[in-house]
Amino acid sequence: MKKTLLICLHFLLVPLVYSDGDSSSRKMLEELALGRVDSVDDHLNDLVETGDPFIKVFVDAWRVGEIYEYELENAAKVILHRVSEQFELLTSGEALDVPEGREKYLKKSRASRSLRKDLSRITDTIDLASPDLDTRINAALKLGQGQNKDYLPSLRARFERETNEKAKRAFEEAIMISLLKNAEKPEERLGAVVRLGELASLKGRDLVIKIRNKNEIDGDPKLFAAARNSVLKIQKRQSIVENVGSFFRGLSTGSVLLIVAFGLAITFGLMGIINMAHGEFIAIGGYTCYVVQNVFESTFGIQSSVFQWFFWVSLPISFLVAAVIGLVFEKGFIRFLYRRPLESLLATWGLSMVMRQTFRLVFGAANVSVETPSVLNGTSTFGLVSMSDTRLFIVVFAGFVILITWLLLSKTNLGLYIRAVMQNRNMASSLGIPVARVNSLTFAFGCGLASLAGATLSLVSNVGPSMGQTYIVDSFMVVVAGGLGNLIGAGISALGIGVTDQFLQPLLGPVMGKIVVLFAIILFLQWKPGGLFPTKSRSLDD
Amino acid sequence: MNIFDTKKELSGFVLAGFILMGLLPLSNTIVPEDSIFHVAGYQLSLWGKYITYAVLAMSLNLLWGYTGLLCLCQSLFFALGGYAFGMYLMLQVGVDPVYNTALPDFMDFLGYSELPGYWKPFKNPVFTMLAVMAVPGLVAFVFGFLAFQSRIKGVYFSILTQALTYAVCLLFFQNKFTLLWVDFTFGGNNGFTDFKKILGANINDASTTRWLFIGSTAFMLIVYALISIMLKTKFGKVQQAIRDSENRVRFSGYSTTTYKLFIFVLSGVIAGIAGAFYVPQVGIINPGEMTAAKSLDVVVWVALGGRGTKFGPILGAIVVSMLKSYATRAFPDSWLIILGAIFILVVLFMPNGLVGLPKQLAPWINRIRGKERRANTRKTVTAP
Repeated sequence: MKKTLLICLHFLLVPLVYSDGDSSSRKMLEELALGRVDSVDDHLNDLVETGDPFIKVFVDAWRVGEIYEYELENAAKVILHRVSEQFELLTSGEALDVPEGREKYLKKSRASRSLRKDLSRITDTIDLASPDLDTRINAALKLGQGQNKDYLPSLRARFERETNEKAKRAFEEAIMISLLKNAEKPEERLGAVVRLGELASLKGRDLVIKIRNKNEIDGDPKLFAAARNSVLKIQKRQSIVENVGSFFRGLSTGSVLLIVAFGLAITFGLMGIINMAHGEFIAIGGYTCYVVQNVFESTFGIQSSVFQWFFWVSLPISFLVAAVIGLVFEKGFIRFLYRRPLESLLATWGLSMVMRQTFRLVFGAANVSVETPSVLNGTSTFGLVSMSDTRLFIVVFAGFVILITWLLLSKTNLGLYIRAVMQNRNMASSLGIPVARVNSLTFAFGCGLASLAGATLSLVSNVGPSMGQTYIVDSFMVVVAGGLGNLIGAGISALGIGVTDQFLQPLLGPVMGKIVVLFAIILFLQWKPGGLFPTKSRSLDD
Repeated sequence: MNIFDTKKELSGFVLAGFILMGLLPLSNTIVPEDSIFHVAGYQLSLWGKYITYAVLAMSLNLLWGYTGLLCLCQSLFFALGGYAFGMYLMLQVGVDPVYNTALPDFMDFLGYSELPGYWKPFKNPVFTMLAVMAVPGLVAFVFGFLAFQSRIKGVYFSILTQALTYAVCLLFFQNKFTLLWVDFTFGGNNGFTDFKKILGANINDASTTRWLFIGSTAFMLIVYALISIMLKTKFGKVQQAIRDSENRVRFSGYSTTTYKLFIFVLSGVIAGIAGAFYVPQVGIINPGEMTAAKSLDVVVWVALGGRGTKFGPILGAIVVSMLKSYATRAFPDSWLIILGAIFILVVLFMPNGLVGLPKQLAPWINRIRGKERRANTRKTVTAP
């Protein structure tokens, strides 16, 4: 008795608790299942209008027999939905226990054959009315590509009522693709072919090509001409899309290289040494992210919203950690080697070996992975190309690094000192610039930049002891091609190398593409031995 | 002309030749196995390997020590020579039981039905020996010409040679690659292994091991003598002058480009021959031998032994290799840390390497001795 009361009470409360849009579609479904509907067609149309994704769930459950009719103790009939052995009230989704002895009032609900057919049609088209734009567009294109005649009316109806330009385009595309097969008159089909060309529909490309090939020898010459034209238009659009895509991918590869190479270029330009351990500072950045992630996970738990912040916190931390380590190494031994560039190359190589093995001992030889914060999990679309948010972030972040470096070099006292020491170490020293301190700070800054690059890299690839080795040869090449110690040169050559690499990869494969780029740089240096922007100096041996 | 600096060096050279080419192989054959003077076959091939490393280090020393070019593609030349000789060895394997063809296994595996054209001449041992020298030599010539022509030097040169090594290494890691419209295949990342015969003899025979060892040592002594001769000639003087101040040499009317190119090619050829001796003794060659890290290992040997000295590279190569085979067993985890630390310390504190160490320590020793002597004299003065 108590239970019944509760249920009754519940019924009273339902309209208060649940929003209209949500409960109305559920209510309509219940009426449908109880057979309390006057005109099934109208009722179904109303259902479609709601665009509620639950309708799909319900229809599926109905088909597999998880929908029950139940007579309550007060003789009111309700529809129950069984979800993993537990009954739920359809209208509210609340759990309901069927008391013992009342099982005979429980009856499996079955839809009639014609109703089932109608239902499967509306579940296929339900997404067309979805409030979410992307779902609507995808559903339209999917239905269009299926080329099923039955969906044409609903596509057309939706096309008429659609207000969003993008969705309207998708609906039109879908209708035209469907018409390629289902046109009743030849003119209609011809129109569809022409319109697809005008829309530059990538989805319809293969089907139009098929029509072109079929009508090439002894088909409709008009249709053939139209199809040929359309295919050309579509292919033109396609190559633009591919090129723009390659360009953006290259931009993001180049951005990583740019951050890495900036650090190298600064340390080289200032001290005349190539830091072979630069790659290991990249790994420091990656591992710092990993450690910060683990700390966040154990402190706040992986589900908490604070956990999503770990990446943003680890960015400055990774910079600081690497900068401090770099400072220690510089004070420890690198400063003794400024007059011997080739030997400093060897010492830093030794350092690189030590660091790599240390990573292996501390974090294990296997790669570890860093979670991508949920903010960066999506993709963004710009006109024709879509790009994952992580890649976009890397490009933006590289811009930020350029800005910071530029500000540091041109607007601060330290930057002034750095430029002075770069131009003439002895003269700067005699003018009272603390050369030793400038060296240490610059080296630390370079290491910090490498580490930032590593932190951003952890978004797109795994973190491992030798992750730096993958990038270091490329970034050396960037620095050499740009002109040693020249930041603008390094920036241009990093982006240039990244973009060229991405354009060559689809043509030659990843390895050959890389090799061609390397040889291209070697040949480029024949033409400009000092790189893009060679250091100007009056000294003979520079 | 006496090619050696001192009588000591001459006698050392003769003694080394006598022990390495005579005594050790003899003690491998004649001395009974249970005697303590017996040298086992595996030890002989191990030392044979060290000696090819020593030659590799000498070839780098020729560039870095005497000409001032820090080249990071020495392992590439070494591996190219090794691959050329490995191709000959692969063709000597004969019909294998698995695929029943005379093709090397990996070609069966990759679906080749006949031997590619560029593999055919490697059936001939004389051609192979020429190729062992010509392939690295040609690579060195083309790259060196481009690099020296545009006056790339110093760190630029090191980075470019490293990039070259990296690029070729990537190529060899692929099962097949197309270069200038020819499809090449060199066994991908497994490389060549499972050799059976060399010049008609079984490669695992004790006598083959001995002859390979004798050959490697003879080659090392020849290279040593060659370098000694070079240092005495005007050519060697110009070479060292380039290291010390290239611009002055150029202004004095010498074409430094030609000199550097010649030495670069010569060094590549020597490294290639060393690689050819290395492969049959180790029994395997794969792209792992031509990575940039291997090239830097060679640099470590030269730096540790003593850059710009005749004996230093040999000492460095052997000491580091022995240390490595000991430490990888004793401290498998921290071996790289040890090596890296040694490297840093050598660069910092031993600019002249192991060979230069006595000279470097001489003032200290003298001071300590001087103190003792002074103390002694003081004693003798105060005693009476």
